[in-house]
Amino acid sequence: MESKKIGWNGKSLKEMLEESEKRLEEKKSYYGIESLSLKEENPFKYERAYASLRGALVSARETALHVAASPIVTEIGELCFGLYTPEGDSIAVSTGILVHIHTMSEGIKFMIREGYEEDPTINQGDIFLNNDPQCGNVHTTDVQTLIPIFWEEELIGWAGGVTHQIDIGGITPGHTLVSSIQRFDDGVYYTCRKIGSNDKIWRDHMISARKSVRSPLYWELDEKCRLAGNLMIRDAVYEFIEREGVDYYKQFIREAIEEGRQILQKRVKERLIPGRYRAASFMDLPMKNQAWVPIARVDKLSNHPVEIVVKEDGSFFLSFDGASAGGANAFNCDKGAMEGGQWVLLTQVLIYGDKVNDGAYYAVEKEYPLGSWANPGDPYLSYQAPWGNLIPAYTTMMKCLSYGLFARGFREEVVPGYGFTGDSIQGGGVYNAGPLIGERWMLSTFEISGQGLGASAVRDGLNWGYAMWNPESDLGDVETWELFQGGIPYLSRKVKPNIAGYGKYRGGGNYGSTAFIANSEKVEFFAGREGLVFHGSGGMHGGYPNSTSYRLQATNTNLEEIFRNKRDYPMSDDDTTNGEFERFLHGDIDRKPIGTIYPISLNNYDIIHFSESGGPGYGDPLERKVESIKHDLDEGLYTSEIVNKVFGVIAKFDDTANEWVIDNKATNERREEIKNERKEKSLSFEEFWEYERKKITDGNLYEAVKVMYSESLKLSKKWGKEFKEFWKLSEDFQIEVK
Amino acid sequence: MKEDKKTLERMLEGDLPWEQLKSIIADHKDPNRFDMILEILQEKLKWKDQIILPLHEHLYIVSKGGDRIVKCDCGYEFGDYKINWKSKCRIRVRDTFEQIEELYPKDMGCDEKWEELREFYCPGCFSLLDVEAVPPGYPVIFNFLPDIDNFYEKWLGKNPPDKK
Repeated sequence: MESKKIGWNGKSLKEMLEESEKRLEEKKSYYGIESLSLKEENPFKYERAYASLRGALVSARETALHVAASPIVTEIGELCFGLYTPEGDSIAVSTGILVHIHTMSEGIKFMIREGYEEDPTINQGDIFLNNDPQCGNVHTTDVQTLIPIFWEEELIGWAGGVTHQIDIGGITPGHTLVSSIQRFDDGVYYTCRKIGSNDKIWRDHMISARKSVRSPLYWELDEKCRLAGNLMIRDAVYEFIEREGVDYYKQFIREAIEEGRQILQKRVKERLIPGRYRAASFMDLPMKNQAWVPIARVDKLSNHPVEIVVKEDGSFFLSFDGASAGGANAFNCDKGAMEGGQWVLLTQVLIYGDKVNDGAYYAVEKEYPLGSWANPGDPYLSYQAPWGNLIPAYTTMMKCLSYGLFARGFREEVVPGYGFTGDSIQGGGVYNAGPLIGERWMLSTFEISGQGLGASAVRDGLNWGYAMWNPESDLGDVETWELFQGGIPYLSRKVKPNIAGYGKYRGGGNYGSTAFIANSEKVEFFAGREGLVFHGSGGMHGGYPNSTSYRLQATNTNLEEIFRNKRDYPMSDDDTTNGEFERFLHGDIDRKPIGTIYPISLNNYDIIHFSESGGPGYGDPLERKVESIKHDLDEGLYTSEIVNKVFGVIAKFDDTANEWVIDNKATNERREEIKNERKEKSLSFEEFWEYERKKITDGNLYEAVKVMYSESLKLSKKWGKEFKEFWKLSEDFQIEVK
Repeated sequence: MKEDKKTLERMLEGDLPWEQLKSIIADHKDPNRFDMILEILQEKLKWKDQIILPLHEHLYIVSKGGDRIVKCDCGYEFGDYKINWKSKCRIRVRDTFEQIEELYPKDMGCDEKWEELREFYCPGCFSLLDVEAVPPGYPVIFNFLPDIDNFYEKWLGKNPPDKK
């Protein structure tokens, strides 16, 4: 028996989706709309209508987050709500993690294409759960709840909410798992699954879900948070229709999306220059000596070449052609991740403050090459930590846009790149003493939401206060993190020198933290960030990249004895060649120049040091004003040694005045000396070309570099052709790998 | 927001107080910004070639003898703007541990086996124009190739300065 069609005018959702796509293709506008008639007829009513929906979404978010208990949701606000058309196109979104403007769209479209209308059926009061990266999500840790909204017999839209979990039941505790190498390590998967009806979550689902993760309380309350927000949105839609009428609603949602498409094109024409923009970034995954499974025991370097072509009409083409391959690691990205990374950026730099919706999605053409990390085409790989590739890649996209912003005269909008929201120390343990004995604690600090911003072309980057990828930027209070990760109390959180990228305008600086294990057993610890390469594509116009990450742990320490005798303990690692760890502690002090590590075991009184990221710099460091350098020194952002070597500034600390004093004469001489060094140690382009070409032709490259080139050459004829032309290599040139 | 020349001059010098800069960032952009910036920059330069497009903190696409070339504020000419200006630079490659450690503390810079730093200097004034952080052997990146004619004719609705 054929089920009743729930679309408009007797159509099925699938027929509606096909019609929408056909009209876009034919008319090159959303739903084939030729004019914004509602806006033209009564702009006040139109704007009020949009504001009422947007306001309802923001209100739903602000209310619902108090239903949740996870500090990632309540403290940092890692949640977002959206309203969608019957076909799954976003009409409006709340504040929050705007990564998800388009991700939930793909989830809805997946259900439509898979025939959910017939089986398992879509009814008023149904609740669907999705966290599958193959269906539009970023990674399993972002969990989406979607509900259909019916008016009389027709489905008139969908409400969706997403929260970021503390734990997703993966191969190890945590939310961004670096040791995940296949789908089956990624944690619990819900592939657009119906989990409730009549506005109630089914009991069997909740029993199963609670057993599937390591933080069942947070999971349950997060589910209720998302459902509560969605029901508020549904009520707001009903109020809208009662006020404006259903016919107005149906036309309005189409026009609002078309306006979103037009807004992006207008903003591009207002701020950029047509033309071709290029940059490249890289990411290291040093797993050769770490991975547990043989196939994953490789050192991997990812190539992220970005090309943007801004066209005459203000639309643009974004390509990752030349990207290296995906593989047995957690950094693979599917479409949802690629769209998510793109939209969190575009909503903050180009389409903020206006109609933020899927209209902008339709104004950007993109290329995610099959087989690359940006589109591996293999559903059985892991997609657990795509941010490992997304952050460097999309930071590079911003650098591309910055060349246009600069040329257009909007120097205040330039950002060469963003801090890596990535020193996400993770893991957890079990209390073996104290009131919570026997209970599990999760290490999941979201300090990553406060990074150093890149410099602009007219000022320094913001210190420890911005995270492109987590727009509700906030380091969070130490005390709040300790509430749920009480087995690893902090010894300190303080400014760490030499993190900020150098330049005429420096990137933002950041903090370093030190913490130790207490009252616990079975403690696992791991972390993920760049370490062997600079992430992003460096600074801009002569600015340098911000520093890389590294790992520092001390085990078998005498910290208990230090506490007992009230002696100094390490609170920072300002000097990486002879730091406080070495000077104050006895024990096994382990330093590694890598940022990403597989889980290790820690015991009580073991200590870790970790630091958040700085931002890249802008312009020649020799042009930085000396008074700005004095400020940097007084604030502890740079050491005098770095200031001397990089900025050519000579300073001495005045113990009496308790401040740094610049020696202007010596500074002038030092800057002249550096300029002379530049002349003496530089090569002509021809000499450089011969020198670098030899690295390729001699084949003495590190294996990870060779594999990267080999993958990019195989995956892209175009990238390969340009590579061979640049180095004047034969057409059949290949790089041999083991 | 209507912007005055003096305010923009102070912004370009990095001297604008945060309160003023913040409102420039937050407000709607002045449609005259491009023309005003061009005027300010042209007045500051020691040479008279007409700027077509500001490309970089130190570099400009200018009109010279019927050609569009890249020129440094120091006067050094890089040639045709359609050819990557980096191919005329002096270049220092930092591809050893010691050379990278001159700039970054131990463990806080790239590993020379995985990535190197390339510093591109103007052959005229030896200003540092760009820093590339790329794996050894990576082709030099051509960052920005503007479509000048379409920009002026289609977006600004006027002829480029060299076609008046």
